[in-house]
Amino acid sequence: MHKTTENIIELTGVTRIFEDGVAAVDNLNLCVKKGEFVTFLGPSGCGKTTTLRMIAGFDKPTEGTILLNGEDITKLPPNKRPINTVFQRYALFPHLNVYENIAFGLKLRKDPVETSGKDGKTVVKNKRLKKADIKAKVEKVLKMVDLEGFEKRSVSTLSGGQQQRVAIARAIVNEPEILLLDEPLGALDLKMRKDMQLELKEMHRKLGITFIYVTHDQEEALTMSDTIVVMKDGVIQQMGTPTDIYNEPKNAFVADFIGESNIFSGTYLGNKKVRFINRNFDCLDEFEKNEKVDVVVRPEDVTLVDKGEGQVGGKVISSIFKGVHYEMIVLIGKTEIVAQDTKERKVGEFVDVKLEPDDIHIMAKEFSSNKYEGYITKKNTVCFGDGEFDCDVTQLYEGSILDEDGYLITKDGERIDLTDVDVNVEVGLKDISISDDQDAGGAIGNIVSIIYKGDHYQLIVRTDENEEDFVFDTEDTYNENDRVSVIIPKDKIKLSLKAEIKR
Amino acid sequence: MTDKTNFNGKLKRSFTFNRGQLCIPYAVFLLLFVIFPLLVIVYYAFTSKSGSFGFDNFVWFFTDETNFAIILRSILIGLVSTVGCLFIGYPVAYVLSRIKSHRRTILLLLFVAPMVINFVLRAMAMKELLSFFGLLGRRHFLNTVIGMVYDYLPFMILPLYSVLIKTDKSLEEAAFDLGAGSVKVFTRITLPLSIPGIISGITMVFLPSMTSYVISDTYTAKNITIIGSRIDDLFGQNDFNSASVIALVLLLIMFVTTAVTGGFSKDENARGVEL
Repeated sequence: MHKTTENIIELTGVTRIFEDGVAAVDNLNLCVKKGEFVTFLGPSGCGKTTTLRMIAGFDKPTEGTILLNGEDITKLPPNKRPINTVFQRYALFPHLNVYENIAFGLKLRKDPVETSGKDGKTVVKNKRLKKADIKAKVEKVLKMVDLEGFEKRSVSTLSGGQQQRVAIARAIVNEPEILLLDEPLGALDLKMRKDMQLELKEMHRKLGITFIYVTHDQEEALTMSDTIVVMKDGVIQQMGTPTDIYNEPKNAFVADFIGESNIFSGTYLGNKKVRFINRNFDCLDEFEKNEKVDVVVRPEDVTLVDKGEGQVGGKVISSIFKGVHYEMIVLIGKTEIVAQDTKERKVGEFVDVKLEPDDIHIMAKEFSSNKYEGYITKKNTVCFGDGEFDCDVTQLYEGSILDEDGYLITKDGERIDLTDVDVNVEVGLKDISISDDQDAGGAIGNIVSIIYKGDHYQLIVRTDENEEDFVFDTEDTYNENDRVSVIIPKDKIKLSLKAEIKR
Repeated sequence: MTDKTNFNGKLKRSFTFNRGQLCIPYAVFLLLFVIFPLLVIVYYAFTSKSGSFGFDNFVWFFTDETNFAIILRSILIGLVSTVGCLFIGYPVAYVLSRIKSHRRTILLLLFVAPMVINFVLRAMAMKELLSFFGLLGRRHFLNTVIGMVYDYLPFMILPLYSVLIKTDKSLEEAAFDLGAGSVKVFTRITLPLSIPGIISGITMVFLPSMTSYVISDTYTAKNITIIGSRIDDLFGQNDFNSASVIALVLLLIMFVTTAVTGGFSKDENARGVEL
């Protein structure tokens, strides 16, 4: 019956919009290969758990389809899917003991059994499992999770780690085609978590079934997965092997989220040369000449050498022993660069930083300017991004001026009423500032993202109403979720007409 | 320094309250209105009308057929009312606990509103309804049960609701995930986990609906005598001794019921309901 396909799960255009209108998952396309260990990684609220719940069947996509072995299971309830879940807080049944918990699924199972009827024909009947079979299966799986002899124990008497094992046993005893794990190690302490990571990986190898794992812990993802899917705001940012994701992050978000990294704003000079921290470096990537780029350098790739031996010099301003290595911060001009090395450099020491071409990873810059659609008001201000800003409307027509009544007079002497005229608005990354005083600016929003870029931060302020983003660079420090107003100087708002005005 | 410690020491001595002393008001109340009356009842139960001690009243109670019939009728009314409350209350509590929005609180208030409406008002309204349906003055047993269910339904809904709202929804999801259909999820997970609520609901409804004779008297014009009305009658006839015996036996029944249900819920806890 099964179509032969390598992909066990295929998500096509899957979108999940909640009752309050928020898109938790937005047009997600994803294929998972049979037997793979896939991890959905992202900060809380990125849609990873919602995606998992849709694969399990607890949540239905608003749009899109989910295929299992090539068959559409989008509308199939969870009890009809050959998929089992290990829940975040285990969800063990408190009124049942360990044995009854694990046997729960087996007792409900009906397997088709072929028997020969009276007239000699083979009849397929759905038969429940025999008690002895259930017992054998439970014992086998208990052995696998190292809990032999725990059958009669009440689940409330188990430790966190033991409950975790029962939860895993309860899921895998049903021999699912896919095992879903929703942050299963979140409640365990560090040591236990590390042990369980390895045990889970070993279990995955032994069982040979597909594991889909959800976590916000990047280290966990790197340790266990064959494939990592990095998500943010319901959208996949990057998908690849742990090595690819770590070494070749696609954007600043991924680089910042996976491991520690130095992120700098730079310019690609052409000819495999990139300029950042006021120096030119050789690199391996190729971009458009003079394109603005983000440069990522992993701390462990930063080599600190004696003065005169590297490309750029600086002063060590911090040095912390981290066990295996020292983590040191070197100040180069106004820019900080984090380095990890087994050799300690003392605070105050002057050193050179040496970067090899393959230490430098270049990514296309996400934002080079903010672009909006807006309209001109009666007062000759412009409305965009959920706010109203003073602007210079004369830039719409070269050589025009405003008359006393607020009409625009073109250089040809034509009088134009600009009210409700649709315009395109562009604001540069350096032209926005924010203030805690909510009346100071033209729009109000919350800081939703702060990414450190060496000598400055790139902030995103998002408004409430239409979730308009203001992206800008600043040297000041702010806190995420701060409520601020957005200030844009009148002369920094670039306007252009969307369409020629009918006269 | 010394001044300060002295001051503190003095302060401490003047406030020699401990937690035990906070119980004094209740202890006084308990003594005056529970323990003392109870002792009086015990005294009357063991004395005959002439004033001699003995078991005469108990002999009378257990040999008198009217008493037996009344006890049986009371238990029957209590049972039927409790089952009625459970069958109406459980679905209500279940649905209420599943509503996601803020409307839930308002709906819950609507269902328990009868509790805050004056009893006389409620009783009169129910009487009108019963007479409208032609039941009043004819179906005495049914009227009593309807009255009891109407009056004690909130006491069934509230404990059920508070248990159902607290059950971890992921347990139901887990059962669903492991292959259970919605019926199986209910019978294997939701229902067993709500047993503590069912027990406390039953305790809250069964005992009062066995005895609250005001309801039976109002809806049946004293055509149905339950144990409460019997005690009331006897007190009315100044037969304190007989009334006390019945009260004492009733008390025993209550103790037994509470012990049975209480013991049962303890066992549930041992299996980890508090997880």
